Amino acid sequence: MTDAASDMDTRPATANNGPLLTSDGVPLKQKLAITTRRMRWKAFLLTVPLVLFLIISFVVPIGQMLFRSVYNTTGTDVTPNFAVAIQKWDGEDLPSEEVFELFVKDILQAQKVRAIGKTPGKLGTRVNYELPGSLSLIRSAPRKLKKITEGPYKEALLSLDKRWENPVLWRTLKRVTRNFTPSFYLAALDLKYDAAEQIVAADEIYQIYVSNFWKTIWLSAIITFLCFLLAFPVAYLLSTLPLATSNLLMILVLLPFWTSLLVRTTAWIAILQSKGIINNILVFIGIIGDESRVQLIYNQTGTIIAMVHILLPFMILPLYSVMKTIPPSYMRAARSMGATPFTAFRRVYFPQTLPGIAAGTLLVFILAIGYYITPALVGGADGVLISNLIAGHIQKSLNWSLGAALGTILLVTVMVLYWLYNKFVGIDKLSFG
Amino acid sequence: MASGNTVSSTGATDAYVRFEKVQKSYDGEILVVKDLNLDIARGEFVTMLGPSGSGKTTCLMMLAGFEPATNGEIYIGDKSINHIPPHKRGIGMVFQNYALFPHMSIGENLSFPLEVRNMGKADAEKAVKRALDMVQMGDFIHRRPAQLSGGQQQRIALARALVFEPELVLMDEPLGALDKQLRERMQYEIKHIHENLGVTVVYVTHDQSEALTMSDRIAVFNDGVIQQLSSPEDLYERPQNAFVAQFIGENNELTGKVEKINGSTCSVRLEDGTKVKAEKVNVNNVGDKTLLSLRPERVEIDPVGKMDALLKGKIEELIYLGDHIRVRISVAGNDEFIAKVRNRGDKRDLKEGQSVKIGWAASDCKALDA
Ligand SMILES: Nc1ncnc2c1ncn2[C@@H]1O[C@H](COP(=O)(O)OP(=O)(O)OP(=O)(O)O)[C@@H](O)[C@H]1O
Ligand SMILES: [Mg+2]
Repeated sequence: MTDAASDMDTRPATANNGPLLTSDGVPLKQKLAITTRRMRWKAFLLTVPLVLFLIISFVVPIGQMLFRSVYNTTGTDVTPNFAVAIQKWDGEDLPSEEVFELFVKDILQAQKVRAIGKTPGKLGTRVNYELPGSLSLIRSAPRKLKKITEGPYKEALLSLDKRWENPVLWRTLKRVTRNFTPSFYLAALDLKYDAAEQIVAADEIYQIYVSNFWKTIWLSAIITFLCFLLAFPVAYLLSTLPLATSNLLMILVLLPFWTSLLVRTTAWIAILQSKGIINNILVFIGIIGDESRVQLIYNQTGTIIAMVHILLPFMILPLYSVMKTIPPSYMRAARSMGATPFTAFRRVYFPQTLPGIAAGTLLVFILAIGYYITPALVGGADGVLISNLIAGHIQKSLNWSLGAALGTILLVTVMVLYWLYNKFVGIDKLSFG
Repeated sequence: MASGNTVSSTGATDAYVRFEKVQKSYDGEILVVKDLNLDIARGEFVTMLGPSGSGKTTCLMMLAGFEPATNGEIYIGDKSINHIPPHKRGIGMVFQNYALFPHMSIGENLSFPLEVRNMGKADAEKAVKRALDMVQMGDFIHRRPAQLSGGQQQRIALARALVFEPELVLMDEPLGALDKQLRERMQYEIKHIHENLGVTVVYVTHDQSEALTMSDRIAVFNDGVIQQLSSPEDLYERPQNAFVAQFIGENNELTGKVEKINGSTCSVRLEDGTKVKAEKVNVNNVGDKTLLSLRPERVEIDPVGKMDALLKGKIEELIYLGDHIRVRISVAGNDEFIAKVRNRGDKRDLKEGQSVKIGWAASDCKALDA
């Protein structure tokens, strides 16, 4: 017993219960682990290329991108010494003479080196995000600061421009010269720091993101619902028709996948625009006058129409795959028991399609909430979604940190929705086919 | 338009269910059911038996209302039901795959037909309980169908088809998915329930022993036509044609030509030239080709008494089966001729390769159409 106990001191519980042993006396679990290890290694090795590919090409860049939402080095890059010094300032009145000296020297140094992404102009842009109207002040600073060759720097600077006297400017500078910042999340949520360093709602004209998030969610919900309405009967037909016919119909459903997304979206422009097919027909048969053509595109209507079309297959396919597995005998049984066709459908058929509905709506909704190309092409100003704003920050305004913050919020939103969905519907109940 | 006026005078017989000249085609080219005439009395247990594709399910679907009859009329009572939708026919139905609703509990499954009939909650509960007790499944009311074994699901399907007390119940191979032992037990249970409730049952199967066990009458289907409609005993003892003889039970076949007809018997010359006597069932003229049908257990080997036919044969194979021994004999050019010898315990010296005489009574040998 003592021997056994010392042998097995790492697994004290097994001494009493007596683990299952193989005929050689080796614990069964251990033996099993040895025999399956090779298999697991093989399975692991098979996935290694994909895992590496994903890490290198996806996880790392995305992680870096998302990291930018809280980490921005513009301040420390442009004015490294000033950035350290100003953190010691308590925020009352104005910073001390040494801080001013470092600021002037750092700016001039940065102007001299002109390293990419580290010019005083960059700092101006960065400060301008948080304190609109200060871009020109900082951008023009190097030119003016050149005149200051010796101290006292504080006085010299303040005499150059009244705006340097504003303590809010210096508080903002103190904030932006910290690498880690919540500012971009605040901006993404339509918030800002006020003069007293309190978080408050942003000025009305800058409040665009939260409403756009809601609009994105709302439009995605409408698109999902319309997809469901259109897909359900088609999927039903697909699942009940004889094979030859249903195959043909299935090809029609899948046909859009054979065409480029861009082509399909452009086709909608040709159809929906005010001199487009639909309007021409309406005018031709006299339903509307030539002057009162309906605006079907470059607004939310355009976004909804085009996206419903593009996302429809993602609703049809899961629905179809679930309906395919519902034998017609269920409906027949219900009817033989006295249920009208409608009752039989509502009580017997429909509940069994729920896994397909759940999968389809989840798929379409999540695709819609992050959709980019179609709203960009047909959405106009009104029909753009949050992804278009993100793309704008990444490609045009080059405020990557804000883009990253918006992207992160979108990601978290989707994950929260997914979690809620899992809680109320149950992911294990979904059937993607 | 639908019912009232279409009641015909022919509907006023004592038949409860009546198929009248019913034809069915799915594609307009092939008749799946050809001219079906079938009367089923109230309280009767009628089985449709036939090989796969013979149109049994189609007939049942027409009766239940899921397939329209292409031509002809179907009556229940004396009402033509051709234009009555399935949910107004009041027919209980048991499907081969049971069709228990997977998203409802057993109790909900059973109360479904009562709910759609707007039965009160208390009454419905009572009826459900009664139906479940009838199939000895009272304890399973809260389970889901997926949590039951095949046999248990079968009982529930049965209870569900009966819970709203239909007068007519249709069953399409309800036992097809069960193993042999369970199937046999369920056969007796269904039969007893039928006897106790007095419902009319139309049952479909392609298992002949099932049909023989359960039915009052059996309709043997082939090729969309009822080949014979009679009691199990008649079906076995007095097959009307070659198909029925072959399909029901084991059967020896010998072909020959009718030489002489003598009232209810006839003489037949077999292919090898031997002449035998048989009962005239489905031959009309001298010179007709005929197929003689003979049950293996009616064949005597080395008979002692006088026989209506006596042939020479050679034992090809002996198979010991406990209660009887199967003897395969080559007779009159047919080496698949089977005789069943009861195992009486006396050791009969049957040996493979041995020459024997076989005989039978003319009444056991049916001369049928060839
Ligand atoms: N919905 C349908 N469309 C076209 N043909 C059909 C349809 N249902 C059945 N058939 C054809 O009708 C014939 C009879 O079919 P039915 O299902 O009635 O046979 P069955 O006697 O029930 O056979 P089984 O014992 O295999 O169930 C078959 O040839 C079948 O191919
Ligand atoms: Mg069938």
